[in-house]
Amino acid sequence: MKEQLIFEKSRTGRKGYTLPDADVPVANASDLIPKNLLRGDKAELPEVSENEVVRHFIKLSTLNHHVDKQMYPLGSCTMKYNPKINEKTAALSGFANLHPHQRPETAQGALKLMYELTEGLREVCGMKAVSLQPAAGSHGELTGLFLIRKYHEKKGNPRKTILVPDSAHGTNPASAAIAGYDVITVKSNEHGLTDMADLKAKLNADVAGMMITNPNTIGVFESQILEIEKLLHDNDSLLYMDGANMNALLGVARPGDMGFDVVHYNLHKSFSTPHGGGGPGCGPIGVSERLVEFLPVPRIEKKTEAGKEVYFFNYDKPDSIGRMMGFFGNFGIMVRAYTYLRMHGAKGLRRIGENAIINANYLLSQLRGAYDLPFDEPVMHEFCLSGDRQKAKGVKTMDIAKRILDFGFHAPTVYFPMIVHEAIMIEPTETESKETLDLFIDVMLQIANEVETNPELVLGAPYTTPMKRLDDAYAARNINVKYTPKPEEVEA
Amino acid sequence: MNFPSELKYTKDHEWMRLEGDMAVIGITDYAQSELGDIVFVDLKAVGTKLNQHDIFGTVEAVKTVSDLFSPVSGVIAEVNTALSEASTVNQDPYQNGWMVKIKLSGSAETDALMDDAAYKTLIGQ
Repeated sequence: MKEQLIFEKSRTGRKGYTLPDADVPVANASDLIPKNLLRGDKAELPEVSENEVVRHFIKLSTLNHHVDKQMYPLGSCTMKYNPKINEKTAALSGFANLHPHQRPETAQGALKLMYELTEGLREVCGMKAVSLQPAAGSHGELTGLFLIRKYHEKKGNPRKTILVPDSAHGTNPASAAIAGYDVITVKSNEHGLTDMADLKAKLNADVAGMMITNPNTIGVFESQILEIEKLLHDNDSLLYMDGANMNALLGVARPGDMGFDVVHYNLHKSFSTPHGGGGPGCGPIGVSERLVEFLPVPRIEKKTEAGKEVYFFNYDKPDSIGRMMGFFGNFGIMVRAYTYLRMHGAKGLRRIGENAIINANYLLSQLRGAYDLPFDEPVMHEFCLSGDRQKAKGVKTMDIAKRILDFGFHAPTVYFPMIVHEAIMIEPTETESKETLDLFIDVMLQIANEVETNPELVLGAPYTTPMKRLDDAYAARNINVKYTPKPEEVEA
Repeated sequence: MNFPSELKYTKDHEWMRLEGDMAVIGITDYAQSELGDIVFVDLKAVGTKLNQHDIFGTVEAVKTVSDLFSPVSGVIAEVNTALSEASTVNQDPYQNGWMVKIKLSGSAETDALMDDAAYKTLIGQ
């Protein structure tokens, strides 16, 4: 490892702060806090100076790959560049220093922002109403499925199953299972689209709904969507759209117009908020008329009082599924998405969608021929290659992915979707210039050539990264994420 | 790749060896090669009743988790506890890498499984 852990840098007594003398009586924690709540052992926090902390984390950030360093062509993840203005607005004191218990009349600006964000998202997708509560895309899925369950429950029969295509993101069946449904897989046809015969065979009175990603995970628009919509609604089954690939639709087509009843927005994908790595996220959902009454509370609404517009939280929704999140969701993320939405406006959003599609098609046009293309269909914002040809030479997709790292790019999504053998899924996003795309194309063509002429080179990759090829099987079998000090570092 | 002729095979890449009224089941050499390094094998408990095509466990590789489907109906009589060292499946899929022994509740359905030639055709070898 090129950088020690912050714990290994710790030296007893070193610190990065000085506190003034206390101007109140000093008391021991043990006199103020019940014994059963007091920590018995030392906290073992690292003792380091300010510049050590700064250098440590700056160094780690340079060892890591991130979109501020180079393109991140991770399919179905929309790793677009996040404009820095987002950070500026989110840091505005009036937003950053709000307290969630503050009275709404003292936080009207924040409520207005949330209200306008719901209105903007609603318009982008053509839905009836939007909730900002879910804290991630998968949380949006769960919320949407709870709404579907409530819809059927209110009609007297909760129904049992959710249909999910075999090309779906793994979160779809996982969310359906957590929401208490049995999952039934619908096959894809030779174009990578829904196999209509299989769908018809599996559609029955038990089906509560179907979850579809559109465009789907091989980047192809589900052209049968209106037919699917009619089949489902004739059966009183609802239609869920996984919004992971919404970047391709922005300003061009709307899920609401396709008949979807729920759609989740991945603000960290389409709307340029940070990919959290488990940090605070926001996965709003939009719904059709059928589901509005069931949305989580509180809902943000607007009324006129004494000639003035007033924003407020409305808890009075008797058929609501209730809360899905503490307080009102992750507000800082909403500020960033709102900034992005307002910076671009309607025309700008359409250009985002169009450029995302053009960039993906340009990449595909240059890589076609060097790699297999299992579904040769018109693609939207991403596409899926197969490393089958390279595998026949002894080089698997995972090896190609490792080799890409040597050129300073993040690897594409690999081994997903499951319907593509040795899958390599590439999504450039609209934020990359032609020069960057050309650089990535050169890398992919060079690697394809290396597989032919010098496969050993690819099998040994990566060579230029801070860590070389890791034994990920060993790591998974012997997972250890807790730092334990070596004996000599423990104080006597 | 090796596909012993005394075994029967499924389209889901399990193999089965009949030992009296007991079916010994594992995954094929092709399956372990496609999965890559196997990290965990999670098998249902002894005594679990299975219909043909029911899931008898899952196998977790670095890149994916896959369900394991029973080629036959019966009751799990024994599971291979040695697979706590999951890499055994990669190294020796047909002998030490066996997963479960199922006491058959019938015998007819074993005839519907593939022989090695048909399985090789299925995987394009």
